[in-house]
Amino acid sequence: MKILIKNGRVIDPATNTDSQIDVLIEGSRISRLAKKINIKSHDKPIIIDAKDLVVCPGLIDIHCHLREPGYEYKETIRTGTFSAVKGGFTSVVCMANTDPVNDNKSVTEFIVRKAKEEGFCRVLPCGSVTKGLKGEELSEIGEMVTAGIVAISDDGKPVKNAAIMRRALEYIKAFSIPLISHCEEPDLSTGCVNEGIFSLLAGLEGNPPIAEELMVMRDITIARYVNSKIHITHVSTEGSVRIIREEKEKFDKVTCDTCPHYFMLTDESILSFDANFKVNPPLRTKKDVEAIKEALKEGVIDIIATDHAPHEMTSKDVEFAIASSGISGFETAFSLSLSLFHDGILDLKDLIKKMTINPAKLINVPYGVLSEGKVADLIVFDPYKEWVVNKDEFVSKGKNTPFHGWKLKGKNLITIVGGKLVYKDPDFILEK
Amino acid sequence: MDWRRKDLLEIRELSREEILLVLDTAESFKEVSKRDIKKVPTLRGKTIITLFFEPSTRTRTSFEIAAKRLSADTINISATTSSVVKGETLKDTALNLESMQPDVIVIRHSLAGAPHILSKILNSSVINAGDGSHEHPTQALLDLFTIREKKGKIENLKVVIVGDIAHSRVARSNIFCLKKFGNEVVCCGPPSMIPPYLDTLGVRVEYKLESALKDADVIMALRIQKERGGVSFIPSLKEYATFYGLKKEHISLAKDDVIIMHPGPMNRGVEITDEVADGPYSVILDQVENGVAVRMAILYLLLGREQ
Amino acid sequence: MDKILILGKKALERVVNRICYEILERNQGCHNLSLIGIRTRGVHIAARIKERIKAIENVDVPLGVLDITMYRDDIFKLKFPKVRKTEIPFNVNNIVVVLVDDVIHTGRTTRAAIDAIMDIGRPKKIQLAVIVDRNERELPIHPDYTGILYRVSTGEEVLVRLKEVDGVDEVIVTRSS
Repeated sequence: MKILIKNGRVIDPATNTDSQIDVLIEGSRISRLAKKINIKSHDKPIIIDAKDLVVCPGLIDIHCHLREPGYEYKETIRTGTFSAVKGGFTSVVCMANTDPVNDNKSVTEFIVRKAKEEGFCRVLPCGSVTKGLKGEELSEIGEMVTAGIVAISDDGKPVKNAAIMRRALEYIKAFSIPLISHCEEPDLSTGCVNEGIFSLLAGLEGNPPIAEELMVMRDITIARYVNSKIHITHVSTEGSVRIIREEKEKFDKVTCDTCPHYFMLTDESILSFDANFKVNPPLRTKKDVEAIKEALKEGVIDIIATDHAPHEMTSKDVEFAIASSGISGFETAFSLSLSLFHDGILDLKDLIKKMTINPAKLINVPYGVLSEGKVADLIVFDPYKEWVVNKDEFVSKGKNTPFHGWKLKGKNLITIVGGKLVYKDPDFILEK
Repeated sequence: MDWRRKDLLEIRELSREEILLVLDTAESFKEVSKRDIKKVPTLRGKTIITLFFEPSTRTRTSFEIAAKRLSADTINISATTSSVVKGETLKDTALNLESMQPDVIVIRHSLAGAPHILSKILNSSVINAGDGSHEHPTQALLDLFTIREKKGKIENLKVVIVGDIAHSRVARSNIFCLKKFGNEVVCCGPPSMIPPYLDTLGVRVEYKLESALKDADVIMALRIQKERGGVSFIPSLKEYATFYGLKKEHISLAKDDVIIMHPGPMNRGVEITDEVADGPYSVILDQVENGVAVRMAILYLLLGREQ
Repeated sequence: MDKILILGKKALERVVNRICYEILERNQGCHNLSLIGIRTRGVHIAARIKERIKAIENVDVPLGVLDITMYRDDIFKLKFPKVRKTEIPFNVNNIVVVLVDDVIHTGRTTRAAIDAIMDIGRPKKIQLAVIVDRNERELPIHPDYTGILYRVSTGEEVLVRLKEVDGVDEVIVTRSS
């Protein structure tokens, strides 16, 4: 099988490429990159005319929830990965809060096998830090690494016990994987929205920004002390950004990510009591949003993740305080992130970097690069195509999005995973 | 001024004109309660459901009497007797009730925003009778009605709200309401019960009761919300009573014609002493009486709204 | 819009005077008599009647104000009827109540007013005084005291205009052409 992508603008931050190059894919790998590639028609190649479009490495999401095993009514590996490739993701790191929790190799093996059978993209599991996400005993991290995990995290249930956190950070050094930390001090985070003017107006219990910042500080301090790789996920506050900026100067094993909703939405939206705006950590203030954008620009924030958290509507269509947290994010994340480009905050190369090679480096995988001989995980997108988000057209089981009805600019059109065309936008005609 | 709203969800979204219309309409309805035959046929054939997910005697009775005096039929549903305990969602409960064609659903719920969920999916009018720590709009309206009745005005007054501001929907609704009319609002309570950013509402915060009460026209004592975890914010009810309980000697700090209000039910000896609650400055029972007139007005306005 | 004057200031005054005498005649004076004006203009006419009776008999007849909005049978068909205050500062039991209105047309307002009075108490009699009878009844109700009878044609409207409300005393008919 051959695929030829012609006339596209190839942007690959890993190789510092940005020029009009044809890309030839043979089998699972990229075989040639050249100004003009002609192939014989008896090869029966798929030819993609990418004129006016951008070709880049497939996006890598280091934070999503595929819900399988245990919550197949929210999402499955099949529907989740289909949603991922529609959104331009070719590798996704799925969090461990499944049922059973991914805290041992049998669950990891199950996910890996299921993904191989049914997945549309690469599924790279994340193991839990502690057994059952209980924060008490370390999971069998080493065995899980052998089975295929690329990181550990107790996402959603931050490790409260600092001694356990220390042990985990020490232990992972043997396996060269990062610890992805969801930072929220649990006792200060009993609310459901950001503590601020809008929590006051809505009478909803707030989580103060310091709940996040205290734990960001704690986790980085511990990681620095034991010299281990810490990644702070979904950074949402100005204070966290400031702490990470300062810590990065002292310590080179700290990285972080944020998600589109933390630079697209503010806590003002909670006044609608629409639980689609409920996320963990909560949406913050305008000032925080500005700080997040600035940090993306400066490079303090290395990665943009989705925190794709699909839910059945029954758990969202309820009173705000008892609704589930999260956004079904795969199908909007890239387009939302492209607004950073349209608003002049990031150029395309920087943006793509935060969604390809930077996440690849964090979890130490050979993807996120578009060069000869590399695995052919890539996407073709139109940075300017305008479209309207319609949750009913989501292929994810999770229709929970606060972006329904939003008009966005920029859309993924083609997704290729391991040399296979796994997604094509219905409106896109391969060869014009 | 016409009433156009389908629902009464919060005071914050109401204009001054809308609030005054409720007050004026309530004046007209107050007379009905003073008659021998306390009933007018205005809402004959209308059905009003009170859907209470939290125990309440006063508010529910007040709504029920208001509806009955207007000749509407009322049905009361409590969380304990409804299918909510069987795990039905609020949305399903509401849709099931709406299938029976009520005209108004009055809802009280322990979680903020529950009435807003109903208002989005129902054709019936929705009245918020208190949602979590968010709002209690009819309480603020009846409080303002009582202030107007006793003070002859609702502007340029110094109103001191004492107690657990953070968890009080009554405080929120009253702050929004009183600030719309340019009153000086002082909130006083233990700092752990004063929510952050309260000053952004144009409210002054005082931690010392004695200095807060100086020259007050109106004092509102709030109920300590034991059921909303209010107690964990203070060392003990006894200590609260020592520092923030409204006592007889406090009255002299306020203006001579001060009025004392309380949304009820009172924890006597905690936020208010018997002497104050039953004393000459207390208008607590007037508040209850006016509650019926104000709720009659609201039912009338919502059902008579311009479509 | 055509406008025809039916009663001028002086003529209206005479009509009110006559109604006063009729009321006094029918009730043999003003013992146990009360007046209740129906909002808006009935209130002012009732006040004038009270004033005339005071001049004639030197007696202060009790005067009440009735807002019938709560009793309307078309309440939800109207464009937002505003409820105003009913103020009847006397006991209506066992006395004669003269309801006063500006115009009687279908009789529905009077029906509502009678219901409203009956909810307040049990008068000995209820009588009705109007300035204009349009004579197009939908209910079996007839005024006891009538200023003038005017049968309107299609497109016509009778208006009683009073100094207190409209700045002028007159009864006119408007005709939309």
